[in-house]
Amino acid sequence: MSAPRFFEADGRRMSRATILLLMGPFFALVIFAFLYPLGNLLSISVLEPQPTLEHYQRVVENPVYGRVLMRTLQIALLVGLLSLALSLPVAVLMANSRGPKAILLTACILLPFWSSVLVRTAAWAILLQRNGIINQSLQFVGITDEPIRLLYTQGAVVIAMTHVLMPFMVLPIYGALRNIPGDYVRAASICGAGPLRSFWEVTLPLAMPGILGGFILVFLTALGYFITPALLGSPQEMMIATLISQQMRENLDWPFAAALVGVLTLIVTVITIAFSKVFRFERMLGARV
Amino acid sequence: MNARSLLLNAYVYAVLVFILLPILIILPMSFSESNYLAFPPEGFTLRWFQSYFGDARWMAATWFSVRIAVLTAITTAVIGTMATYALVRGAGNMGTLFQALLIGPIVVPHIALAVALYLFFQSTGLSGTTLGYVLAHSLIAMPFTVFTVAAALSSVDPALEDAAMSCGASRFTAFRLITLPMILPNVFAGGLFAFIISFDEPVIAFFLAGIRDKTLPRMMFDDIEQNLTPVIPAIAVLLTLLSIAVLIGAGLLKRMADRRAAGVQES
Repeated sequence: MSAPRFFEADGRRMSRATILLLMGPFFALVIFAFLYPLGNLLSISVLEPQPTLEHYQRVVENPVYGRVLMRTLQIALLVGLLSLALSLPVAVLMANSRGPKAILLTACILLPFWSSVLVRTAAWAILLQRNGIINQSLQFVGITDEPIRLLYTQGAVVIAMTHVLMPFMVLPIYGALRNIPGDYVRAASICGAGPLRSFWEVTLPLAMPGILGGFILVFLTALGYFITPALLGSPQEMMIATLISQQMRENLDWPFAAALVGVLTLIVTVITIAFSKVFRFERMLGARV
Repeated sequence: MNARSLLLNAYVYAVLVFILLPILIILPMSFSESNYLAFPPEGFTLRWFQSYFGDARWMAATWFSVRIAVLTAITTAVIGTMATYALVRGAGNMGTLFQALLIGPIVVPHIALAVALYLFFQSTGLSGTTLGYVLAHSLIAMPFTVFTVAAALSSVDPALEDAAMSCGASRFTAFRLITLPMILPNVFAGGLFAFIISFDEPVIAFFLAGIRDKTLPRMMFDDIEQNLTPVIPAIAVLLTLLSIAVLIGAGLLKRMADRRAAGVQES
């Protein structure tokens, strides 16, 4: 695995001891609160009650759990695709706007980014409830005669998760679009390409790392998402995070919950490493500033 | 404006409506006299804000969250700035390791981290304690702080520090008197981001909470799950104001940082 490098070194060299002193607290934090606890949890999944792979076998072989895994992958993929369809045009317009319009667009994307996930999930719970505004409007227009069940469905989970995660995709795409020199598009149009063709053949391929990076980020976040499925989803149609929580808190089946965490972590790690080239975390996170 | 760009604009504004409308609809509900959450809101009252500010449990949870968030902001700002400084001044292999470990806790799903910490904190007695939350929140907030600080550090000319050290200043003195003042706005911005990430953090809070010591997001989760009272829109109003304040604060700090960078180049 080639480790990511975000920064280039500069200035007078430090001694190894100084570097260790400066980075020491960080390493201590990561070992104490991340590496050890996660390693400990994963070891339970293969060591309890005796060295075994039976817990992983259960995840794969039991059709109930296999379905949860497939459903989770499907929902995450759907949320990723919906987010892409919503965020690509927003990013394009943001990159082509100047002045007050650019500020307005950026503010509209950044505000939900920094506002509470619980507030946004609660908003959907309120909108979708039995006597909520969406049911009222449906009845008013005459589409239904009585309230229909919108809350605690997969549809609710998909819509709300897209709403919560979509801003994460706008920023990397916007960052990639902004880095494309204007000359390229101008050159394409001088050569006779129309705006659609130059967008399709010049802009889009150059923005692909940002698009792919944003898509993977949303997909991976959606895979392990807990809050929105737990509050808006149906208990009969669980996603993996809610299943983990149930196994741990209600069934107290630690080794099995640990195996589920193991499967989820494995999927996420493999995808992250496979796409490490398009993962420009500094751009995704730094774009927040 | 031709038809194509009109279409693009129309589509984008529709998306923005989708993004903003849910929040804009629930905010006025906080002033409704009705006991259940209905739209349009009826009458005008501040009683839901009163029932938030007057309820000892909501207040205890809020202060608990504020305490955790402030400590998380300080912890990440200090630890993050130290490590980032070493990184930008050339940490070699250790820098590579640092960057891999930095993104680890945010690549791994929060649910995995939360379950792992739940198990570990049970056995160490850190469950539900301020220290436990601060450790967990510092981990997930660290990348945001580090990238914010690194953006400023990489624009500081290392020759300035070298000059100070050639004149006999120690590395620490050179950093304190020359580099730190230049990057300070970004260090504060990094701390601000860590504050809001910690303050809003719902997943770890869900698993680590004890019976008594609940953070604000955990209390909100319980309320949304069980009865969904109009206290939630009232809190939503307050949290949205906080988000706007954070955005404006970050914007001001960025402007301050730009001005400092420009000032150094002029002199």
